Amino acid sequence: MKKTLQILTLVLLLAGLFTSVAFAQDDVPTDDEVNAIAKQLYCPVCENTPLDVCPTEACRQWRELIRTQLSEGMTEQQIKDYFVANYGARVLAEPPRTGLNWLVYILPPVIILLGAFFLFRSFREWTKASATASAVSAERGEASSPAKDDYVARLEEELKKRK
Amino acid sequence: MTENIPQKRGVPLWAQVSIWLFIVALLVLVGVILGKRQQGTVQPGDKIPDFTLPLFSGYEYAGESEVKLSDFQGKVVVLNFWASWCKPCEQEAAELEEAWKFYEASGDVVFLGADYVDTEPEARAYLKKFGITFSNGPDMGTKISQMFRIRGVPETYFIDQNGVLYFVKVGPFVSVDEIKSIVAQKLP
Repeated sequence: MKKTLQILTLVLLLAGLFTSVAFAQDDVPTDDEVNAIAKQLYCPVCENTPLDVCPTEACRQWRELIRTQLSEGMTEQQIKDYFVANYGARVLAEPPRTGLNWLVYILPPVIILLGAFFLFRSFREWTKASATASAVSAERGEASSPAKDDYVARLEEELKKRK
Repeated sequence: MTENIPQKRGVPLWAQVSIWLFIVALLVLVGVILGKRQQGTVQPGDKIPDFTLPLFSGYEYAGESEVKLSDFQGKVVVLNFWASWCKPCEQEAAELEEAWKFYEASGDVVFLGADYVDTEPEARAYLKKFGITFSNGPDMGTKISQMFRIRGVPETYFIDQNGVLYFVKVGPFVSVDEIKSIVAQKLP
C-alpha cells in the first residue's frame, strides 16, 4: 500500500512537472506565431520589406513587441490595430478599405473587366468583318468568274500569237 | 449595284469621354502623389500647422501629458525627430540635452522630442541612457513626421515665436554651439 502511494505521488509529481513545462512553453509565442502576424505588416522605415523578413534592428524590436503582445493575450487584430495607431496605416500589407485606398481594390478588376469587354467586342467585330468579306468575295467570285475566264483565254491566245 | 456593308459600330461617345476623363484623373492623382513625394521636407518660411504630441510618462511638459505647437506661441520651438534604433541620433543626444539645459531656465525656448516609429521600452531605455530630460513623446501614426515630410532621423526643425519654420537640420548636430547658434537667430 505504501509502495503504491509512493508510485502514485511520483506519477502525480511528474505529471505536474510536465504540465508546468507545457504551460511555460505556451506562454512564449513561437517565431512562427510571431511571423504569422509580422508578415501581414511592413517595416515602416525600410520601404517594401515585410516585417517577418526585415533584418534591421527596428524590425527586430517590432517582432519582439508582437511576441510580447501575443503573450499578453492580444489578438491578431488588436496587434494590427496597435501598429496602425502607432506607426500609421502604411504598415499594413493590405491597405485598409477607406478613402483613396479603395482605388487599389476597385481599379484592377475594373480595368480587367473593361479590357475583357473591349477584347470580346473587337473579336466579335473582326469575326463579323471577316465573314462579311468572305461572303462578298464569294458573291463577286461567282459573278465575275466567266469574265475572268474570258480574260485568261484572251491572254493565252495573245501569247500564242506572239510565239 | 448597292452593297450592304455593315456599318462599324464605335464605342458610344459618353463611354469614350468617361474613359478619357478617368485616365486623366488617374494620371493627375499619380502626378500629385509623386510631386508630394519629391517635395522634400517643409521649407523655412512655411507656417507650421498646429499639431499635438502626446508625451511619455515622466517626460511631460509642465505637468501636461500632451502638448500642442500653438501652446508655445512666443517661444522658439526645437522639434527633434529621433528613434532608439537610429545610431546617428545617439551622436547628438547629449548635445541636445546640454542645449536644453542651457535654455531651460529662460523659458524662451522649448525642446520637444518626437520619437519616430519606435517601441516604447526601447525609447525609454534610450532617453534614460542619454539622460534626456526635455519633453518627449511618440509620433503616433507618424502624423507629425508626415506633416513635416521628414526623410529620416535625426532631423530637427526650428520654429520661431510665430509658428514659422526658420531652420531645418538634417542629420546629427556636431556640437552644442551649432544648436545654440541656430536658436540664437530668433532670440532678442
